[in-house]
Amino acid sequence: MSTPPGSSPPPLRSSDEQPGGDPAPSRTSLVEYTLGLADDALVSAQRMGWWISRAPELEEDVALANIGLDQLGQARSLLTYAGELEAAGRSEDDLAYLRDERDFRNVKLVERPMTDFGVAMARLLLFSTYQLHLYRALAVGGDATLSAIAAKAVKEVAYHVDHAGHWVLRLGDGTEESRLRMQAALDAEWPYLDELFTPIDPALAGRLPDPAALRDAVLSDVRRVVSEATLSVPEVPPALGGGRQGLHTEHLGYVLAEMQHLHRSHPGVTW
Amino acid sequence: MSTPTSTRDWPLWEVFVRARRGLSHVHAGSLHAPDAEMALRNARDLYTRRGEGVSLWVVKSSDIEASTPDERDPFFDPAADKIYRHPTFYEVPEGVEHL
Repeated sequence: MSTPPGSSPPPLRSSDEQPGGDPAPSRTSLVEYTLGLADDALVSAQRMGWWISRAPELEEDVALANIGLDQLGQARSLLTYAGELEAAGRSEDDLAYLRDERDFRNVKLVERPMTDFGVAMARLLLFSTYQLHLYRALAVGGDATLSAIAAKAVKEVAYHVDHAGHWVLRLGDGTEESRLRMQAALDAEWPYLDELFTPIDPALAGRLPDPAALRDAVLSDVRRVVSEATLSVPEVPPALGGGRQGLHTEHLGYVLAEMQHLHRSHPGVTW
Repeated sequence: MSTPTSTRDWPLWEVFVRARRGLSHVHAGSLHAPDAEMALRNARDLYTRRGEGVSLWVVKSSDIEASTPDERDPFFDPAADKIYRHPTFYEVPEGVEHL
C-alpha cells in the first residue's frame, strides 16, 4: 500500500455520493475491487469443497472443510458489500448464483482443478499467503467495511498459511514420491502466482492496498517455505492473466455449473 | 493420494482441552496425525471449532500407561471401606461457603 501507515486516506463512500447521477468512477472501481476479493474467496471455497469426503484422512477432511468454509464466509461478506456498493439491489446470492463466467473477477489460480493433494497444498500456500498480506493491508486501509471484513479474515487466513506450509514441508522433505509430487504441484501452480499482483485500478490508487505492492513480501514468504521444504523455487514464465477482466480458463464454467445449478433450477429455494 | 493406508502409519494421539484459564486440561478425544505438530492442528480443527478451549495438549496414545480392567479390584476396591479418608467427621462452621 502506498499510503504511509498512520495517515488516513480520504473515505471512498462519502466523497462518491452523487444522488441521482451516475456512480462516480471510483465507486465502480470499488465494486470491481471488492468483487475481485469476493470471487477469489468464493471460487477457492468451491474448489476446496471438492475435498470433502476425499481427503487422505478424516482429520484432514475436516481441516480442508474448515478452510473452505472460512473462505466462503469471507466471500459472503464481500459479495454482500459489493451488492450494496453497486446499489442495484443484488444480494450475495444473486451475485454468487446468477452471474455468468464473464462477470466473475477471480484470478485463474483458484479456478483450475485441484484434485491432487500436493496441488491443493501448493495452491493454498500461494493463495493464502497473498490473502494474508492483502487482508493485513486492507485491515488498516481506506474503506471501513473492507477493513472490518479483512480484520476478521486475517486470523483465519493466517491459519490457512500455517496449514499449507506444514504440509508443503512434510511432503517436500518427505519420501521420494511425495517430494516429486510436491515439486510438480509447485511447478504447476507457480505460473498463476503473477496474476495475483495485478496492479490496482488507478482510480483507487493510494486509497486501498495495491496487490502489485505485495509481490516482494508474498514471494519472500513463499520462497522461505519452499526452501525449508528442500524444494526448488520454480523458474517458469507467468501464465496469461485476465481473470480480473472476466477472461477465464475453460475450467471456471464447470465450477459455476456445479455451484449454481441448484439455485438456477429452483430460484429462491431454501433448506 | 492413491494409497489410503496412512492410518496404519499415522499414530493415534489423545487430545486434552483446557476450557478456560484456571481449569485443568480435560481429555476430549483422540485423532490420527503424522506427528505432534499436525496432531495439535488437527486437534484445533476437531475439538475447538466452537470455542471450547484456550489451550490444547496432545499426547501420543502409546506413551500413556493405563490401568487395566484386571487391575480394577486391587487398585480401586480397597478405597471403598476407608471412610476416614473422606472429610466427613468435621462440622462445617456456618457461613463458610468454600471448604
